[in-house]
Amino acid sequence: MITTDISIIGAGPAGLFAVFEAGLLKLRTHIIDYLPKPGGQLSEVYPKKPIYDIPGYPTILAQELVDNLLKQNEPFKPGYTLGERIDSLEKRGEHDFILTTDKGTQINSKAVIIAGGLGCFEPRKPEVPELNRFEGGKGINYMVLDPEKFRNKKLVLAGGGDSALDWTIYLSQIASEVTLVHRSESFRGAPDSVNKVLELSKQGRVNLLLNSNLAQVNGNGVLKEVIVQNKNADDSRAIATDELILLFGLSPKLGPIENWGLNIEKNSIEVNPEDYSTNVEGVYAIGDINTYKNKLKLILCGFHEASIASHSIYKYINPGVKYNLKYTTVNGVNAF
Amino acid sequence: MADNIQITVINKGVENHFEAPDDIGLNLMEFLKATEHQEVEGMCGGMAICATCHVRVLDGISLLDEINDDEAATLETLPQVFDNSRLSCQIKLNEKLKNLKIEII
Repeated sequence: MITTDISIIGAGPAGLFAVFEAGLLKLRTHIIDYLPKPGGQLSEVYPKKPIYDIPGYPTILAQELVDNLLKQNEPFKPGYTLGERIDSLEKRGEHDFILTTDKGTQINSKAVIIAGGLGCFEPRKPEVPELNRFEGGKGINYMVLDPEKFRNKKLVLAGGGDSALDWTIYLSQIASEVTLVHRSESFRGAPDSVNKVLELSKQGRVNLLLNSNLAQVNGNGVLKEVIVQNKNADDSRAIATDELILLFGLSPKLGPIENWGLNIEKNSIEVNPEDYSTNVEGVYAIGDINTYKNKLKLILCGFHEASIASHSIYKYINPGVKYNLKYTTVNGVNAF
Repeated sequence: MADNIQITVINKGVENHFEAPDDIGLNLMEFLKATEHQEVEGMCGGMAICATCHVRVLDGISLLDEINDDEAATLETLPQVFDNSRLSCQIKLNEKLKNLKIEII
């Protein structure tokens, strides 16, 4: 089990800056994020976009800001668990929390900071009845984790974005049969990928069903066929398949955080604006995921919240110990 | 003072009417949230990535700005869209608009 002073859930700017603020207070940190690299939305969604409201930077690219935060944190050597989602938070006693990820990793800490931004990005699901009957290895997939799983299989893919196009191209080389179902008659994706898919369709290597929607999934325990409805011709056809891959993009969801006994309002965690503590003592929420009167979802506010929460945690972990604020201009940064 | 925009909102079959200012730089998602339309979450804050502000534009679509690449890419991935689908966070409430009729998806 990993042990640390503060577990930080979320490696976006607020979570990353909390590492630094905690480090100044000589508190060690461990960061967990569902995404495979630190940076949160800044790295995942808009790495090349300029940000104009970071104090002291007239303009800075989102990824540059992340790189700077990582560099700023180096003296404090935070631990990282990336590509894993925290599924449960358990408070065993005062200053004693256990976080467990979807892969079974456990982190024991004295306090927890939730800096989860918009939550976890989860796959969007189309409105087709009984999809859940075939989830969990019975034929329905929402992402391609290991393409080898689909070698020599009959596949139906659905979706029209870049990811649907790219996987159609790739999987057409290793699967025995590939059908791509798309609801409109054209694709807006990268022109190269669109042309490639159209070419594969001409060659008969991809069965392309445009203007079509999935209507039904059938099978007995495992998926056997999908029913696809053509929007214009008003006809439907059954396609025998081993696997259905639904690629309709990712949408942010609060996810397991909802079940941790925290007060939630409209997908955000309610906090006390004095120190960003939640209703569970020792658990704090900072950045876009929290809510309080006059909340602003700005990176710079997340930074402020990180510093206040870290000081509050210092007091929580060290009851009765008086702490005098030390300026970095006076004391510098003392590495671990 | 600028003229207000007349906005008709259909939500779950119920029609409501609002007036929106066209000179304070709001987008339609922000306006809908301010009218207490809770279904419009606007989780990503207007970056066209979460599609939690998806609407159909029933009247006034010709006066809207063109769909930009970010919005088009997100709409493309949705399981269900319509010819008149838009992300309301990308609809700027400006003086070009007079009447708008939308349905919340």
